Amino acid sequence: MAITTTKSYYWRGFLDGSPFLLMALPFGMLFGVLATEAGLSVVQTMSFSAAVFAGAAQFTALHLLNDNAPTIVAILSALAVNLRVAMYSASLTPYLGAAPLWQRVFAAYFTIDQSYACSMMQFEKEPRMSVSERLRYFFGVVSPLTPAWLVATYLGAVVGTRIPESWGLDFALPITFLAMIGPMLRTPAHVVAALVAIVVALLTTTVPFNLGLLIAGCAGMMAGARCELILDRRRAAA
Amino acid sequence: MKNLDPTTIWIVIASLAVGSFALRFVFIGFVGGRTMPDWLLRHLRYTAAAIIPAMVAPLVVWPSATDGKPDLAHMSAAFMALEVGYITKNVIFGIVAGAATLYGLLYLAN
Repeated sequence: MAITTTKSYYWRGFLDGSPFLLMALPFGMLFGVLATEAGLSVVQTMSFSAAVFAGAAQFTALHLLNDNAPTIVAILSALAVNLRVAMYSASLTPYLGAAPLWQRVFAAYFTIDQSYACSMMQFEKEPRMSVSERLRYFFGVVSPLTPAWLVATYLGAVVGTRIPESWGLDFALPITFLAMIGPMLRTPAHVVAALVAIVVALLTTTVPFNLGLLIAGCAGMMAGARCELILDRRRAAA
Repeated sequence: MKNLDPTTIWIVIASLAVGSFALRFVFIGFVGGRTMPDWLLRHLRYTAAAIIPAMVAPLVVWPSATDGKPDLAHMSAAFMALEVGYITKNVIFGIVAGAATLYGLLYLAN
């Protein structure tokens, strides 16, 4: 985008994060509704969303508590669903690892699918960004989403508002992330990584605790890395 | 279900808060500015391109709106979002294309 040169990286991140409001709002509301229906107080519901700050893990824990699963099972299952953020953490480290510790603490807390996906796209597009520019961008992405997630949770918990299913917003999540995948597929190795990950993900949906996602992710990463090596070797030989 | 014990709920919230943060902090916090080996960096270059599609693929093939039955409107919308995003390299165009396809086909189907 040519007109963004004067705009600060914070606002670029803010703009790039904004489309995800389409999913943060309905999912936040849904969490608020389901949590209060399960018997959580408003304070507990809000603490949940603010302290854990991980949609899929929150829904998993809530679902299992509701099913009278043992507490430890609910905790471990929710963490298993959230294991992918450790991969995000690793993947962000080459870009943000040089930042001061207190900034890394905040970056860790705000590592979610959206901030990760937007940031990786941006950091790969402009490899010359400084660490502080990258952080500004990263925090820009979560700036519209964090308040929206909390306000939506509150509305769901207190008012019980839900967005009607007929609006089809449940599909906002796949569509928004799919639109981001396109620009991420910069090289043949990236395409191979994505294809392998998709096939493995579809084959492993029955693996419990969402662990199929990790298996698929690792398979895709290995395929991408291998493909990169092969292509480099060919280029060197040519 | 109104009989969840408040202590249990607070234990779950606190454990998940600590656990989730630990998962997020583990690399960026402890590895920090140290250099990682080449083979690991090579794998990490493909984390986004692998995990994001893997997360979305089952939601597209078995959408929750149809109770998991594969469905033309959702598949077409997904294809358009991906394709337009890929061709234009513009995320917003991809989202609009996907949403327009979904609403268009759902409207035609009704």
